[in-house]
Amino acid sequence: MDRLLYLLATGLARGAVFALFALSLVLIWRAARIVNFAQGAMAVVATYVAFAVTGLTGSYWLGLGSALLAGAAIGFAVERGVMRFAPQGSPFSGVIIAIGLVMVLQSALGILFGQQHRPMAVPFDERPIMIAGVPVFSPYDLFVLVVAVAVMAALALLFTRTSLGLQLRASAFAPEVSRLLGVRVSRMLTIGWMLSAAVASLAALLLVPTELGLNPHSTDMLFVYAFTVAVVGGLDSPPGALIGGLVVGLVISLVTGYLGSTVAPIAVLVLLVVVLLVRPGGIFAAREARTA
Amino acid sequence: MTAPSFPTFASLNGAPRLTGTPRLLVTSVILTLVAIGGTFLLDPYRNYQLAVIAAYFCATAGLTMLVGLTGQLSLGHAALMAAGGYGYALTANASTDAGVDGVARFLVSLVGAVVVAGLAGLLLGLAAARLRGPYLAGLTLAVVIALPAVTSVFSGVFRGDQGLQIAYDGVPPFLRTLIAVEQWQAWVAILVTSVTVTVLAGLRRGRAGLRMRAVHGDETAARLSGVPAGRVKVFAFTMSSISAGVGGALLCFVTQSVSPGAYTLAFSLLLLVAVVIGGLGSIGGAALGAVVVVLLPWLIGTATAALELPADVEQRLSGNVSVLVFGLLLIVVTAVWPGGIAGALGRRMPRARDQVAAGTPVAPADAPPPAVPVTTSTSSVSHSIPTETER
Repeated sequence: MDRLLYLLATGLARGAVFALFALSLVLIWRAARIVNFAQGAMAVVATYVAFAVTGLTGSYWLGLGSALLAGAAIGFAVERGVMRFAPQGSPFSGVIIAIGLVMVLQSALGILFGQQHRPMAVPFDERPIMIAGVPVFSPYDLFVLVVAVAVMAALALLFTRTSLGLQLRASAFAPEVSRLLGVRVSRMLTIGWMLSAAVASLAALLLVPTELGLNPHSTDMLFVYAFTVAVVGGLDSPPGALIGGLVVGLVISLVTGYLGSTVAPIAVLVLLVVVLLVRPGGIFAAREARTA
Repeated sequence: MTAPSFPTFASLNGAPRLTGTPRLLVTSVILTLVAIGGTFLLDPYRNYQLAVIAAYFCATAGLTMLVGLTGQLSLGHAALMAAGGYGYALTANASTDAGVDGVARFLVSLVGAVVVAGLAGLLLGLAAARLRGPYLAGLTLAVVIALPAVTSVFSGVFRGDQGLQIAYDGVPPFLRTLIAVEQWQAWVAILVTSVTVTVLAGLRRGRAGLRMRAVHGDETAARLSGVPAGRVKVFAFTMSSISAGVGGALLCFVTQSVSPGAYTLAFSLLLLVAVVIGGLGSIGGAALGAVVVVLLPWLIGTATAALELPADVEQRLSGNVSVLVFGLLLIVVTAVWPGGIAGALGRRMPRARDQVAAGTPVAPADAPPPAVPVTTSTSSVSHSIPTETER
């Protein structure tokens, strides 16, 4: 029972990170109709920036801030420098270019910093707090959960309550009409990419300290899990990403706890296949129009 | 799957000229003989590389047909190659225990590889036929990521990270005085690859290929014309998977082992690089792509070794430089040069092609329309307006 409670609690904290990363995928999908397969590689570059800044200044918080800025800058560079040149005719050219970007970014990191895992420290205790003799959250898990919820709430406010959010939604929904009404659609697209990459960088920065350490490939699994989350929730649906994240986080935590960590990728694959077979557009997706 | 009957000879300016399936067969026999003759000019290491290229070519030919013709982007072909490799290794070990060896063992094991890879591809293809672009890419990505987990969970069969080893296949006795083992392996790889690729090329230019193109071009229109879109996609995925599985079996035959460490995500992406720079949908492009992805890392490795860099720098460069180059190639080719190498070569000689097309009945233009016979067309159209669940 204690073990179950502990697994549920850590699953919740990991699920929050997956949800955050999945949310960043949903943001780009809604803005540009691209599943950004390079999101993990972009986030790991920002995490390296944070690692360097923390190493130089000794401050975790400066590192966190610089990861957000670096993430936004990478999002800007990728959208303006690479994705803009993806041919529009072919449905998968965006995916292929993103995969090329993954190879470029990860190998560049490997050349600059090597393949070894670098442990990242956080200014929090990672041992679980005991509540009535039962180990539950570590303070770090709590911090992760609070940050994730706060960022998601801030994004919800941004999209539903501000003029910028309205413009972002309008240009994703009907680019031509928005342009006629004076929305700078291409600027909105860039802002969407910057926002999304910053959120993804934050998620990577929160997750990496709980894993083996920082390495050019340390977000590969995060991307696969977050993609599963986004598919479970529906790529179009931010609330779906939140719920999907919690589901996937709990499943991974329970499977890892009871069956061992090697089984976790298989469990995620099974979950992905089942959801895709039952609801190909995701559980929370709006029903697609019939094609024939 | 019956191929449409092409005229075998058509006179152009009075001279007889091969077209259709016989032309395909003659081309493939000539290319195979040239490749086998070429092995006599190469040293053992080059022959080993040639065998690896042939194995990669099997996989890239299948992948390019899948992506280029049906528009199904698979990032998981490394896992399907691994399925073929494990199928080969398991059957080979079972045949060794049963006392079979030599050429018989190789053929039986190859059948094992085809069956295992075909079943894996069929299962994945059934799921894939329901999915579009990014969803399919993500699913296949998850498959290749889960491969090491599968081999260690079922380590009783697959032996975990270590993988399976198979008995050594030597040169048959009657050739032993003539050729070395690397050259024999290159021969086997070339022969098997040429059979596999010829089958794929035949499918591509026949009715099956036409249906695949129709489904890719406009799925709704294809279904209204009586093309069973779901079945076409599953068939394409299964054929592509079998072809990748044969490639995996050949790699297992050449290296005498199969392990999950050889079939990583990076390798899967390498196959994608090969088909994209070769030109999506082009079999010749797939061959060129296979050559590039085998030889370029080796060239870069040789070049960095020649620079005599400090050990830690060289360790960081090893492997990463070629991935960097491949990533850049992938981006540049997709953005600037979408036809790849094959597209660029094709543009060089459009005039010659037009003349041939005008003078001789070349494949798809003259193929019978893919629709079912007129008499049954009404029933099949009403049948092919499917509900979501029917797909």
